[in-house]
Amino acid sequence: MTKQIIKMTVNGEVQEVIAEPRELLIYVLREKLGMTGPHVGCETSHCGACTVDIDGKSVKSCTMFAAQAQGAEITTIEGLGSPDALHVLQESFKEHHGLQCGYCTPGMITRAHRLLEENPDPTEEDVRIGMAGNICRCTGYQNIVKSILSAAAEMNASKEAAQ
Amino acid sequence: MHEFTLIRAETDEAAVSALTAHPDARLIAGGTNLVDLMKEGVETPTHLIDINGLGDLDRIEARADGSIMIGALSSNSSVAWNADIQSRFPMISDAILAGATTQLRNMATMGGNLLQKNRCFYYPDHNARCNKREPGSGCDAMDGVNRMCAVLGTSDQCIAAHPSDVCVALRALDAIVHVKGVEGHRAIEFADFHKLPGGTPHVEFDLAHNELITGIEVPGLPFAANSTYLKLRDRTSYAFALVSIAAALKLDGDTVDDVRLAVGSVGTVPWRSAGAEDAMRGAPATAATFSKAAEIFFEGAKPRAGNGFKIELAKRAIVRVMETLKEQAA
Repeated sequence: MTKQIIKMTVNGEVQEVIAEPRELLIYVLREKLGMTGPHVGCETSHCGACTVDIDGKSVKSCTMFAAQAQGAEITTIEGLGSPDALHVLQESFKEHHGLQCGYCTPGMITRAHRLLEENPDPTEEDVRIGMAGNICRCTGYQNIVKSILSAAAEMNASKEAAQ
Repeated sequence: MHEFTLIRAETDEAAVSALTAHPDARLIAGGTNLVDLMKEGVETPTHLIDINGLGDLDRIEARADGSIMIGALSSNSSVAWNADIQSRFPMISDAILAGATTQLRNMATMGGNLLQKNRCFYYPDHNARCNKREPGSGCDAMDGVNRMCAVLGTSDQCIAAHPSDVCVALRALDAIVHVKGVEGHRAIEFADFHKLPGGTPHVEFDLAHNELITGIEVPGLPFAANSTYLKLRDRTSYAFALVSIAAALKLDGDTVDDVRLAVGSVGTVPWRSAGAEDAMRGAPATAATFSKAAEIFFEGAKPRAGNGFKIELAKRAIVRVMETLKEQAA
């Protein structure tokens, strides 16, 4: 089947990949661009491990053909922080034991990042509703919620300090 | 997944002619239902026609006469958080936010929601018989796991429940579906858009293969400002409804002046009962009136072994929602 050149911006860098129409975005990100942060969990859009940010919105990259991301701006967990310079959310997950096995964590943090962009001062309920598309099989939700609320408080405090 | 050709449509006309040219093509917008069904081999289109580039179709236009025109490509999120929808038709917003999750609502479109497939366990299972997937093969839900299935509008061929949340609200509001085909534009009343299974459960919509949904018009209804959507399910997030209620209420003193009521996940299509609404109009706004309407709503319901509980659950939910709307109206 005819392959196509797909041009997209991933974590700030313009990328061109060649893919068949049937290739899902998650596999193109992982296998062709080496972005292995987004995970394949259920592959049926239930679990949210594949969550990435596309044009400023959280989406499930296992339920989208790569060809549909033509021209899109994509952010994965790799674009949020690095091992040397963790994002506030990554620090907070580490601090509050927001992960056990860690499989859901990249999707959790990518979604949480967008949630805090949309709602910088969420209540616990806002966080629980906003994170409903991300499943943790270790069922560590308590600490995940705590991590996100703590990161929000820290981000708001540093914003105030900067003003 | 099987191989297919991707076509990007730049105009409505191009989408319609691509559909006309390819009898086994499917349109793709958000893809949240279609992509899953393609992974499972239930949908095997030869061509996918990507309509995300049809620029004008994602507009939400609130008109002076109180109506709102929702472009077919509007995302579920954009509709749910639209200020005019929230103030004029809160039941639409409530219904959307009760369904799926943020990621899926960002991707899913309104036109796609109208066409979403049923969630009967046997539909995607190639080892099971299903008259929707394979006409004439039989129905394993009849005497199988039918807890989620319908009790109204069923036939001896199919008992799958319609799964949509927002379609229940749109049914209550008498929305109009606008489509474009080779012959031009056509407007379809919401009540006629989804078809009862009867002897042809695979024929689900009043929509030709080469017709494109362009918009959903919600006619002005001032008292729908007092409306809501209640969804009851096995867990409080990310689950399909066991039963759901979309209702609007207008009082004249202690009397019901006007009312809209639709119930979801109990019918093979989003369900409405003229008899139940008539029983409330002009009657005292009391639990007894609401309860009587609920009885009328489910006259003729046909439960199977696993789903009879839905009838009592829905009746009580109707009374609860009407009581809530009564308090809000006062």
